[in-house]
Amino acid sequence: MLKRIEMIAIYSAALLVAGAFSAGDASGLSLFNSRNLERWLPEEFAAIMSLRLNQLPAAPADPSNAVENSAAAIELGRRLFADARLSSNSMVSCASCHDPAKQFQDDRPVGQGVGTGGRRSMPIVGLGHSPWLFWDGRKDSAWSQAVGPLEDAVEHGGNRMAYAHQIAAHYRSEYVALFGPLPDLGSLPANASPAGTAVEQIAWQSMDATSRDNVSRIYANMGKAIAAFEKTLRHSPSRLDRYLDAVSKGNSTPQTILSPQEINGLRLFVGKGQCISCHNGPLLTDQQFHNTGVPPRDSMKPDRGRAAAVPKVLQDEFNCLGRYSDAKPEQCNELRFIATNDPHMEGAFKTPGLRGVSLRPPYMHAGQIATLEDVVRHYVNAPHAALGHSELSHLHPEKKPTGKEHLERQPIVLSEAEQRDLVSFLGTLH
Amino acid sequence: MNHSTTGDVPVFPNRVRPRYTKAARYAVPLLLTAMLSACMTPPAELDLALSRPTLQQKYVVAIQPMAEPIAINALHSWEVKVATPAGAPVLRANIAVDGGMPQHGHGLPTQPRVTRELGDGRYLLEGMKFSMTGWWEIKLKVDTAEAGTDAVTFNKVISLPVPVKS
Repeated sequence: MLKRIEMIAIYSAALLVAGAFSAGDASGLSLFNSRNLERWLPEEFAAIMSLRLNQLPAAPADPSNAVENSAAAIELGRRLFADARLSSNSMVSCASCHDPAKQFQDDRPVGQGVGTGGRRSMPIVGLGHSPWLFWDGRKDSAWSQAVGPLEDAVEHGGNRMAYAHQIAAHYRSEYVALFGPLPDLGSLPANASPAGTAVEQIAWQSMDATSRDNVSRIYANMGKAIAAFEKTLRHSPSRLDRYLDAVSKGNSTPQTILSPQEINGLRLFVGKGQCISCHNGPLLTDQQFHNTGVPPRDSMKPDRGRAAAVPKVLQDEFNCLGRYSDAKPEQCNELRFIATNDPHMEGAFKTPGLRGVSLRPPYMHAGQIATLEDVVRHYVNAPHAALGHSELSHLHPEKKPTGKEHLERQPIVLSEAEQRDLVSFLGTLH
Repeated sequence: MNHSTTGDVPVFPNRVRPRYTKAARYAVPLLLTAMLSACMTPPAELDLALSRPTLQQKYVVAIQPMAEPIAINALHSWEVKVATPAGAPVLRANIAVDGGMPQHGHGLPTQPRVTRELGDGRYLLEGMKFSMTGWWEIKLKVDTAEAGTDAVTFNKVISLPVPVKS
């Protein structure tokens, strides 16, 4: 009887493989090309093809930013992005931490503005695909994100009142052409903000409600111009894209594009490495938040990540439902359906996209891990989280199987050689 | 299901690739499938029915996405239909929504909710999002003044997108 079942199993497997052959032939795809390594199974083939940059749809429109497609806004944003006058010491621009020569990041473990930040500067290319901005997603649009660092005490260190004066002095005609007349700022203080120093807050309170609203609107509009510029930043095809293009066309020489080690790394990435679970799609991110037990930079001050950010984005005056948003409330679906009480968000951070990743150490949300080798080792070791619970699991060789293991995340088990292959694959993403 | 028992599947560069017997040629992909299954696919016995009685049989609930295929990482809506075991539409039900990925230890990325009653025991469920492929649970708790509270869990497997022609 057993023998018969085995026969049926082998026969079914043969049919499956025959099906894969014929499917490959029918579409011109070389799934089992005997002359190369591209013996991709149908599941693997679908997985690797989903990573191609040409599968990335256009970034969704941001209904909260009415000028995001305006050429004039893009140009104004480009100039604001690089303008170091928009800081308390006239030395920090957006480009200081988001350096165009470094994939719009800064190679530092934590951001360095007028002071030292607590998290790693994120690369901003492709940000139009993120419903939530920053590592913890405390902003719900690119323009709302852009105005965050400008008033952060350790980033630009400035205040919205001072920025409004800068706009009036240096960008008046460009601003007026896009957003209409500038209100008279002559009688207003030089520095004031609801989020600034004690002195700036007192100055802000001394202003009448209309002036405060006018200044906050100028500030929001600066963010909208910067976001319009940022949304034009797109990834170029990587070596992986060229390889996958060759594989999809049945080209017989894709191995000249990726080495056997890199190809094996790709197989591990979509297979037993489980990387693709979260690093999915053409940007290699699910744009969501996960606790993977990355040790906090300062063990005395563990970072709550997404859990602390949810109330912030809900209360943010610059969110999609706020008075400076151009969206109708029913267009703010991400905010309307935000998960507010998910215990998994404790200590969770956004999955970063991996395009260009090998060129920008150090890694993780506060640059805690210096090399990709150690990043991969982290996922294999899967330590417990300092705060909340890690989604990862590790092997417990001393424990007997209970039969319930399938209900939890399987440990990522990779040999040293496989870990090296995976790292080598991560070098193909630029 | 344990990775440590599946072992490594050798990948041979052309020049050292051994000649397989016919059986071994099938066995290698079969092993690979088993290996992939351990990571990526839901349990084989999973009940994928999208119409089911609730746990205590107070209601029969059917759910259906408003558009298919369901794109990964996109907000979308479902229609929920609630009936009595005899098939009569259930009106004015309060429906709570929960869910997540049992194999990954995380919940739904959003907090979907029923926003409107559409008539005939049909309800609009908005704010659904699946952030990755694999097995997702959709858990509904139905409550009415007439029959009380009961719960039902649906399984939905989200697949990789069909490639777009470049």
